Amino acid sequence: MCTSVLQVEVIIPTQTKYLDLIGSIGEHIAKELDDFSGDREALAYHLNLVLTEATTNAIKHGNYDDPKDTVRIAINIHNNELIIKVYDHGQGFDLEKVPLPDFDNPKECGMGLFFIRTLMDTVSYSRQGDSNVLKIVKYLN
Amino acid sequence: MNINLEKINGYNVLFIKEERIDAHNSGELKEYILHMIEQGEVNLVVQLEKVRFIDSSGLGALLSGYKNAAAKSGKLALACCKQQVLSMFEITRLNRVFEIYADLDEAFDNQI
Repeated sequence: MCTSVLQVEVIIPTQTKYLDLIGSIGEHIAKELDDFSGDREALAYHLNLVLTEATTNAIKHGNYDDPKDTVRIAINIHNNELIIKVYDHGQGFDLEKVPLPDFDNPKECGMGLFFIRTLMDTVSYSRQGDSNVLKIVKYLN
Repeated sequence: MNINLEKINGYNVLFIKEERIDAHNSGELKEYILHMIEQGEVNLVVQLEKVRFIDSSGLGALLSGYKNAAAKSGKLALACCKQQVLSMFEITRLNRVFEIYADLDEAFDNQI
């Protein structure tokens, strides 16, 4: 059981140089989790990847590369659930209409959301006030 | 993107000197590979020993290089992937696209 409560919130400019910072936070959280019995190294990589992909999407698609805009990332652990929320200020998109990659004819783009969906347990995207929020949940037990 | 280029056994070996390939530096990697292919250097091995993290944009940069090399009858192969980096190729089935070798010797043995 992972019973500890943890909450981290980071706001970054919409610049890709901050991806390493955001990914590293996820990796550190995985390594410090109390009583996690799964593959800690794999979880560390997966959280790094998912935070990197979600933040990249928010920077590139959400905020139209406006240098004054920001992306907010919130990470929360409670009741054995790790919840990531990434907020953007763009037009938004329909998560259900994002197709799976074509594995027989692979393309250079479109693998980011596939990683998030494959490696995490639930993913949703919705409007909250003046932001869109990509909510990602990973069960830790 | 810090890359050391060496010519070994007729192949251009790109030693990636970064621990992380993500959307911040993958564009540079893609351009570097495309520039080499445009110069006629179409046989490439990307040595990933130092890389401990790659995201979808990094995979995309390598896939772009692979396709462009193949279009000019060349080859882009990968060598020395760490296990977690390799698992990204497996999840996306790109391990069926790329030739991925344990080390450079194995790459040369199989390609030349």
